[in-house]
Amino acid sequence: MTDITPNDARKASNNATTEAVKRSLARRNRKQLVLQGFGIGAIVIAFTVLFILVASLVRTGYTAFVQTHVTLDVYIDPAEISEEGLPRGGFRDVLTAAVLDNLPGADPEEDARGVRNILSNGAQFQLRDQIVEDPSLIGQTITLTVPLSDPFDQLNKGGVRRDTPEDQRRVDNQEMAWFDALDEAGIISTPFNIGLFTNADSRFPELAGLKGALVGSFWALLTCFLIAFPIGIGAAIYLEEFAPKNRLSDFIEVNINNLAAVPSVVFGLLALAVFIGWFGLPRSAPFVGGLTLALMTMPTIIIATRAALKAVPPSIREAALGVGASKHQVVFQHVLPLAMPGILTGTIIGLAQALGETAPLLLIGMNAFITSAPTSPFDAATALPTQIFIWADSPERGFTSRTSAAILVLLGFLVMMNGIAIYLRNKFERRW
Amino acid sequence: MNDMRLTERNMTDHKIKMQARGVDVFYGHDQAIKNVDVDIEDNTVTAFIGPSGCGKSTFLRCLNRMNDTIDVCRVTGDIRLDDEDIYDPQVDPVQLRAKVGMVFQKPNPFPKSIYDNVAYGPKIHGLATNKAELDEIVEKSLRRAAIWDEAKDRLDQPGTGLSGGQQQRLCIARAVATNPEVLLMDEPCSALDPIATAQVEELIDELRERFSVVIVTHSMQQAARVSQKTAFFHLGELVEYGETSQIFTNPQDTRTESYITGRIG
Repeated sequence: MTDITPNDARKASNNATTEAVKRSLARRNRKQLVLQGFGIGAIVIAFTVLFILVASLVRTGYTAFVQTHVTLDVYIDPAEISEEGLPRGGFRDVLTAAVLDNLPGADPEEDARGVRNILSNGAQFQLRDQIVEDPSLIGQTITLTVPLSDPFDQLNKGGVRRDTPEDQRRVDNQEMAWFDALDEAGIISTPFNIGLFTNADSRFPELAGLKGALVGSFWALLTCFLIAFPIGIGAAIYLEEFAPKNRLSDFIEVNINNLAAVPSVVFGLLALAVFIGWFGLPRSAPFVGGLTLALMTMPTIIIATRAALKAVPPSIREAALGVGASKHQVVFQHVLPLAMPGILTGTIIGLAQALGETAPLLLIGMNAFITSAPTSPFDAATALPTQIFIWADSPERGFTSRTSAAILVLLGFLVMMNGIAIYLRNKFERRW
Repeated sequence: MNDMRLTERNMTDHKIKMQARGVDVFYGHDQAIKNVDVDIEDNTVTAFIGPSGCGKSTFLRCLNRMNDTIDVCRVTGDIRLDDEDIYDPQVDPVQLRAKVGMVFQKPNPFPKSIYDNVAYGPKIHGLATNKAELDEIVEKSLRRAAIWDEAKDRLDQPGTGLSGGQQQRLCIARAVATNPEVLLMDEPCSALDPIATAQVEELIDELRERFSVVIVTHSMQQAARVSQKTAFFHLGELVEYGETSQIFTNPQDTRTESYITGRIG
């Protein structure tokens, strides 16, 4: 009974181990649960914040995607508009008369001024353009759909509340009655706001659009890509594949990494001093914006490219060297093609960052008020983020919703670019 | 009795293909190879054996100057291929590697088609003037590597889709496609299962007819099976070099004896 066989001793020690593991197991499992809980909590918080952001943008911005229009039968009165006197034609009066036709209660003399303000200031130019194109319309009655001015647009979309006391409301009772009359006549419509994408900036919110900003951003990004991509890849290939590893290359590497962390406003100041002040390039031009963004994007591309080159397994390099490929053949025929998806992903993410960059563009004057889209990268223009900046500064209610709408458009482009990056990464992902 | 067998094996007396004299290799300040002299014969399989870290792979990589790609690596001494100093400044390592092919430890086909894998070497060296010639080289190389039958119907499929043993034979085909004079193999079977290993070993024996083969191996059985000459490395030194039969049956050095009997290593 007292003698313990070796077998018993082993059993006892086994049991001790089992007990010890059991005791610590509960503690370890608890720790894992806590960690998991933190992780899930973090994700929930992140998504909630994101949801609130997007939801608030959509809530304020969705009204900018539709625009209140009125459809009028306009009699082009030859007394007001003649072919010879087109530039001085009374387009506005003709339109006002057309609105008055639908408002039996309004006095053509006394109320003309008030009624005129129902239509957007851009309506007369729309009519003029149409008649300049086809002068035979003079003397005829045409059907024309024109935007309403911002206060009435807001009244229709609910931006101006009807229960506000009259003295605090932008639309007085008389104007409200006119609008209701037009609405009852069934000529008010709220179609999709194409103007948001086809118009350039304007003083009048109902006419302001993103075309100038979109074209400006396009030129800036194109310039940025054409400059940053080849230079960035070239620098990365040299540093990673050819440069001797010494103090100088270490120094360069540290500086490139630091460059990626330099605040963007500093690049803007640099661009202002060098590109505009010294080289004499035009102010507010997307080309200069692109150059500035290229300075910022280049470190990102260099870092991404170096990481992608490093990720190509050494066995592939050895294989190529082993059959007698020269150094540049190894790099350009084997390593670079394999690193391309990583490089492209990094580049697109760099460009997406550049698309949203505001501060450097403010400093080179891309926040100017420009009412036509640029036709070349050297014309003055705005970019999407600076356009948002300008609109956010404007007091009219119409610009509030347009600011949110522009942010949504910008976010849309960012999501699209990141989507392309993910697609490329997945498509070309390789296993060795 | 042993002497009898020695003379038997010694009958094959080939000319010397590569000759190394007083080779030292340094990684930074550490000396990895100390004063190694080896003669590698033509149409012979020479095996380098020794415990891990003994420098056998390092020495192998000196023979086609693969060590050039490592910044801190420095090679001194004299290595000759057909009496030409391969470390002469006038010799381009690219040219050398076309003559001294290499097969690596881990199968490393390019992520390209089987055809392109084999055709790559001949293409960059300009060994084929037209597509028909290239096709011929590819077929010949794949046949020599004993993988033609498995690969002929899927030449346009990626080489990375083959099994491990097939991949290694594809790599051998790629190495022989440039028609090298010496074939270096760095533990070519260490990632393969016994069946694939047997296939590759059989292949090595066939390759001996055309090439001088140098193989680094951890498996002493493999060295005994495939090689005619064996070099035993220990701590960066070449301890013993001679006929395989002699090394395995009648080692002159006590360290060799300890290693092959399993006491060190």
